[in-house]
Amino acid sequence: MRGPRPTPQRNPLKRKKVRKGRTRLARAPKFATAILVVAVLVAVFGPMISPWNATESDLVSRQLPPMWMDGGTSDHWLGTDRQGRDILTRVMVGSRISLTIAVLCILISCAVGTALGLLAGYKGGWVDAVISRLIDGMSAFPPVLIALAVAVTIGSNLWIVVGVISLVLWSRYARLVRAETMSWKQREFVLAAVVTGCRPLRIVLGHVLPNLVSTVIVFSTLQVGYIILSEATLSFLGAGVPPPTPTWGGMIAEGHNYIDTLWWMWVFPGIAIAAVIVSANMLGDWLRDEFDPRLRQV
Amino acid sequence: MTRFLLSRLVQAVLTVFVLTFVIFLIGRVTGNPADTMLPNDAPAAQRAALIERMGLDQPLLQQYWLYIGDFVRGDFGTSVRTGGPVVDIVFPRLVNSIALVSVGFALALMIGIPLGIAAATNPNRLVDRVAMGVALIGQSVPSFLSGLLLILVFGVTLGWLPTSGIGDWRHYVLPGLTMAWFLVAAIVRLMRSSMLEVLGEDYVRTARAKGLSNNVVIWKHAARNALLPVVTYIGMMFGIAIASAISTEVIFNWPGLGRLAYEAVIWRDFPLLQFTVAVWALIIVAINLMVDIAYAYLDPRISLTKSSTAA
Repeated sequence: MRGPRPTPQRNPLKRKKVRKGRTRLARAPKFATAILVVAVLVAVFGPMISPWNATESDLVSRQLPPMWMDGGTSDHWLGTDRQGRDILTRVMVGSRISLTIAVLCILISCAVGTALGLLAGYKGGWVDAVISRLIDGMSAFPPVLIALAVAVTIGSNLWIVVGVISLVLWSRYARLVRAETMSWKQREFVLAAVVTGCRPLRIVLGHVLPNLVSTVIVFSTLQVGYIILSEATLSFLGAGVPPPTPTWGGMIAEGHNYIDTLWWMWVFPGIAIAAVIVSANMLGDWLRDEFDPRLRQV
Repeated sequence: MTRFLLSRLVQAVLTVFVLTFVIFLIGRVTGNPADTMLPNDAPAAQRAALIERMGLDQPLLQQYWLYIGDFVRGDFGTSVRTGGPVVDIVFPRLVNSIALVSVGFALALMIGIPLGIAAATNPNRLVDRVAMGVALIGQSVPSFLSGLLLILVFGVTLGWLPTSGIGDWRHYVLPGLTMAWFLVAAIVRLMRSSMLEVLGEDYVRTARAKGLSNNVVIWKHAARNALLPVVTYIGMMFGIAIASAISTEVIFNWPGLGRLAYEAVIWRDFPLLQFTVAVWALIIVAINLMVDIAYAYLDPRISLTKSSTAA
């Protein structure tokens, strides 16, 4: 009954994937990487450079269109919202929020998920059964609902958003790490360690975990898009980091009632969301294909 | 086989218990429900009476036990906002939701499966690039954003289709496309990779060696077998689809389950929210169970390994 799923047999006749470029680096998605680098730089330095405050309203310059349109000024490149706040500055501060949440979620989920996955995969038995049930239960849970319930009752903040997303995300890590641990622990070098009398903790941390590091790192880049998407959805529904702090999802929610009149209120944060998530997914796909193609099956 | 079925059934029931307990806990931990049901200036005696009547002074586990007991007897609770039984509110909404999700799935399958097959049979050609591009963008653009774009183009600018509420078939087009857009991404990817796998199998080579035409090989021999993982995935996606439907339903003002959950939270109507989530969980778990069983039936190898994996 027990045991890892047998790996499907590779068919030698299967046609080989034609690869562009000679080296790994030559195949890297350069444009996507550039966008991500710009997003990180903007998140770190953008709000410092901008002359405007992202949360202070300015009633004189309300609803200004972007600078290339009639009525736009070169003070506000991408226009202003209904309270006269600079859209560009708010998008830049929003990237800071999104990326901070992404990093925190990955750190927390990775730590919790890896620990529980190692425990379940290595111990087996009832420990595994309990943790597996937990994984199933949490991965079926709709995070949006928890976030909405919490947001309305006690109010949301950055840590609650991180917590709610991590509540679902850890189960993905745990599932991956558990499956990997179960296959690694049957390798000869692990058995040799057992025979020489290593204690379980040393086997798991010293012999199994190091082999999982690259897989987990590649998996993490593939989760960045999911986290930013979830965060944006929560903010859009009013369950994210609360206003006046600008978030991409929140800006779209504010703008979506003026869909064609004040389109710049939601189009620019929308472009930011789409560009960053597409880039993160492209980079993640590349890392997976080059360094850990087995992940495709997970 | 019987043992496998039984263990899946027990797991499914346990999952429902865990889900309802978590939402129950959130309802209790974040404040006494009695406070949300009474006006702010209600006298303390009235508050105490309501708390006693609802059993809110009992220990938490006992309250949960009471709730489960009522649930099993068919008493699902009363909505705080309307005062009527929650079932009457939830079921019409559920029907609307299922209608929308079905339209989304139908559109997604009609687009996704041919696109995935075309991509797999022409690897690295233009159609493959387009398919992977569609998959990437569908996976990356949140549904509230794609929904807004559809509204802007087809609703506001061209004025072809209604953008809000429910009515004749034209009301289904835009929300259905928004849901499909997000589902197509996964279906294309999965169909493509599973098709590539199948095309390398011996029986496909045999079929070609017999001199069958390319179309027959692809559609009759390869595609049918490649569909299996897609079928499982659709089952799993159903839950995710309903969850992602919240923002679609909010954008298009669609009277569905997702929007109801959203409204229940805004109205702080916890009995309603509890029941909505319970129905939701039941649907997801029931579908997963059916998919598991169907899959084990279609592919007897599964039951040997599946019970040990956390899928």
